[in-house]
Amino acid sequence: MSSTQAGALNEVKSVAPINRSKLSFALGDVVFKFTALFFALVVLMLLAGIIVMLVKGSLPAFEAFGPGFITSDEWDPVRELYGAWPSLTGTLVAALIAMLIGLPLSFGIAVFITEMAPQWLKRPVGTAVELLAAVPSIIYGMWGLFFFAPFFAAYIQPGLVAALGPLPIFGTLFQMPVMGGSSGVSVLTAGIVLAIMIVPFMASVIRDVFEIVPGSLKESAYAMGATTWEVVWNVVLPFTKTGVVGGIMLGLGRAIGETMAVTFIIGNASQLGSSLLDPGTTIAAKLANEFNEADGLQMDSLIAMGLILFVITFIVLMLSKLMLMRLAATQEGSKT
Amino acid sequence: MNLYARRKLINTFNMTASVLTTLVGLMFLGWILIVLITKGIGAINWTIFTEMTPPPGSAGGLANALIGSLMITLAAVAIGTPIGIMAGTYLAEYGKQSVFAEVVRTINDILLSAPSIIIGVFVYTLMVAPMGHFSGWAGAVALAIIVIPVVLRTTENMLSLVPTQMREAAAALGAPRWMVIMSVVYKAAIAGMVTGVVLAIARITGETAPLLFTALNNQFWSTDMNGAMANLPVVIFQFAMSPYDDWRELAWAAALLITTLVLGMNILARSLLRGHKA
Repeated sequence: MSSTQAGALNEVKSVAPINRSKLSFALGDVVFKFTALFFALVVLMLLAGIIVMLVKGSLPAFEAFGPGFITSDEWDPVRELYGAWPSLTGTLVAALIAMLIGLPLSFGIAVFITEMAPQWLKRPVGTAVELLAAVPSIIYGMWGLFFFAPFFAAYIQPGLVAALGPLPIFGTLFQMPVMGGSSGVSVLTAGIVLAIMIVPFMASVIRDVFEIVPGSLKESAYAMGATTWEVVWNVVLPFTKTGVVGGIMLGLGRAIGETMAVTFIIGNASQLGSSLLDPGTTIAAKLANEFNEADGLQMDSLIAMGLILFVITFIVLMLSKLMLMRLAATQEGSKT
Repeated sequence: MNLYARRKLINTFNMTASVLTTLVGLMFLGWILIVLITKGIGAINWTIFTEMTPPPGSAGGLANALIGSLMITLAAVAIGTPIGIMAGTYLAEYGKQSVFAEVVRTINDILLSAPSIIIGVFVYTLMVAPMGHFSGWAGAVALAIIVIPVVLRTTENMLSLVPTQMREAAAALGAPRWMVIMSVVYKAAIAGMVTGVVLAIARITGETAPLLFTALNNQFWSTDMNGAMANLPVVIFQFAMSPYDDWRELAWAAALLITTLVLGMNILARSLLRGHKA
């Protein structure tokens, strides 16, 4: 670092004495500043452009079906009737399953790395988790389709149906699918694969958040005789709760918008089954499957579903940003 | 049971659960990597790099998809990097805490986590529909939109780490601000900025969804960025979903290739940063 600093300063020394008029210096400043400003504006225009194009593209669909587009479960290209309901609920249910499974897993991994692992194990496990967060989602999709789904159908599904199927009300979620279900392609398996995909991501965010807790706070609790769990639950978590929630929301945003991992495994049924073991679809999977072959009102309806997806992720991301900003504020408060 | 024993029991139970979750998580991830390596290694050979993607039922390679991916990625980086670096420079050097800068920062975060398939839809309505055909350029623009927020954020973070005294020292020597930024601040932050670009490339290497509606695919050798272009992620998607064994084999080979590249670039980015800190 110090050598780069010295090098940089030498550079300036050699540059500064060059004889240039004040005017060209000032002009350079103006040009540079406005180029930078222009590209910052490009970022704003990108988001504005995305919103404008999505709204413009989806207007015909909303004009044709009204707000009922969101709650209609029709998807009939022959009669030109379209609705977003099955894809929308599929998106939310798959994301919910992913969170129910992924959250305890990520929390456990984060606690293990920050509070339990011996020093020599912290880095390798942390690095492994971070690298796995970088594996492209299409890889999770392929593994899910060819390995996890058949495994699930053969070994887990029968037991699940036998154990939970007979329960009143709750049991309808776990009925054996009418179409046999031997491939294991279903909303539930899609949710599980999504969970495995977002775990490394959420675990590393939660771990980063846990690591900002001042050592003295934890040491005080340990000195009072608190157990590791009590330190995590009563000291670390209250101190970081907004950040943890922010990290969870980021994971949720990913789960909702994920395309490739889900498209492979969810089965792309156009109707919604009552059982989680039935195939279903999500907005992203529907777009991936039908967009290129669609035209006319079907295309408009798909863009309208894209707009709905964008609005949902937008809200989730804004909430997460708000939470993480509040954590940054408490962090600054504790320093003073 | 007394209070102390109960507290110890709860602690033991929860800590065991924490170790178990870590093991379960690592087990799944190990399963995925083992599958990827065993299926992929068997399918990789030299013809992958020399032959075109085949019609169903015959042998072939991925040469056209490799060159397509390479060209689209290079174009995306060439478009996205300058925008990201300049916008990041604006936030770190000029905008700082102003309302405008905060708005740009927030919007950048949204772009950073926006579903990539939405970006595909956006570029489709922006470029593919008006032009009437899929194109490599449309794919490059879609990927560039993913590059920009990654590069912007790392650039801003890295520039903010450069001590203010260095800027003041340069300014005291009479250097105008643009020269201070170009020859002092950038120089001090270069390792971090390169890291950002490497991470951005790693991110777009495996992106499939934005390319589905933009570059699509092409069965033949094509270096024409104005037409539909083969690329690894879309080939993986189409071949893996097909019922043909040869195609699935190629999909596994491509999947191993892509994952190795992505992980390699992530490790490179780490060592770049660490070398810089040391």
